[in-house]
Amino acid sequence: MSRQSLFIALLFGLLLALPVQAKVEIVQFETPEQEERYKDLIAELRCLVCQNQNLADSDAELAVDMRRKAYELVKQDKTKTEIANFMVERYGEFVLYRPPFNRNTALLWIGPFIILLAGVGLLIRTILRRRAEQDLGVDEATLKTAANLLDSHRDKRDA
Amino acid sequence: MNRAVIPLLAFLGLAGLFWYVLGEMSEGEYNPRDVPTQFIGREAPVFDLPSLFDENQRVRSADMNGQVWLLNVWGTWCPECWKEHDYLLYLAKREKVPIVGLNWRDDADDAKAMLARLGNPFVKVGFDPFSDAVIDWGVYGAPETFLIDAGGVVRAKHTGELNATAWNEKFKAYFAEGSS
Repeated sequence: MSRQSLFIALLFGLLLALPVQAKVEIVQFETPEQEERYKDLIAELRCLVCQNQNLADSDAELAVDMRRKAYELVKQDKTKTEIANFMVERYGEFVLYRPPFNRNTALLWIGPFIILLAGVGLLIRTILRRRAEQDLGVDEATLKTAANLLDSHRDKRDA
Repeated sequence: MNRAVIPLLAFLGLAGLFWYVLGEMSEGEYNPRDVPTQFIGREAPVFDLPSLFDENQRVRSADMNGQVWLLNVWGTWCPECWKEHDYLLYLAKREKVPIVGLNWRDDADDAKAMLARLGNPFVKVGFDPFSDAVIDWGVYGAPETFLIDAGGVVRAKHTGELNATAWNEKFKAYFAEGSS
């Protein structure tokens, strides 16, 4: 494919992606701090219908209503924690994209590090084994004799 | 053991796992999207909604105090609600189970038309077009059915179509106790 047609294809792909964007209703706040709080909240709360999206990205009707709920609570000057707790009380910790660390979520939080450690361990083992394979298994004495031979050869040549 | 067998074994292991989980899902034994309710053993959330049939009348959870009752969340847009409707009618008419309907995000006329056509299993129907009660009850789909005991505590919940299997498994026992 020529560079130009590739470019056109990419542009066309972008065009396809346009209608996918969720339409989020316009909301107004008294202070920028409230707006910030609202934005943070809808980014961190999960939509229960399309479960791999947050409230901010979701088009589901329940997400619209949950956003409105969050909006109302922000307007009542509830703190972020209070509003998150309000949702957790009703939907459980699943509603949080950043669940708190406790016994149920320990594996979720530590799991990646366990996998990382296992990977590093495997890597070190492989490297050590490779190194051992490169070792020709020649003992010290033989190596010394070889070195001596080389040295004497060099001495002769230099002389 | 030949090392080349390891990826094959890993593949077979994963394939077996997927086969098992998909089987459980198709039999309805396992639902990965299910969000377990937070309300079992907790005091039922209070609601106070306009009635579907007359917006000047209120439907309140407090109306049902002192008896074992079901709260059924439904909407005309929900295919499983149509499917379970006959069973709700059976429960209401034959088993004399008091069911309160929670009509969710619906068009009031459509909802009334559905009940007029198929029959009305509900003692009352609250109208909740903006998910106010729905969010308070931690509902995330329809149909969902809650059982609330005489003391106002949520005892059981079923997500999805209510049928004889679900009824016998989750709800029936509470009514046997209540009737004696």
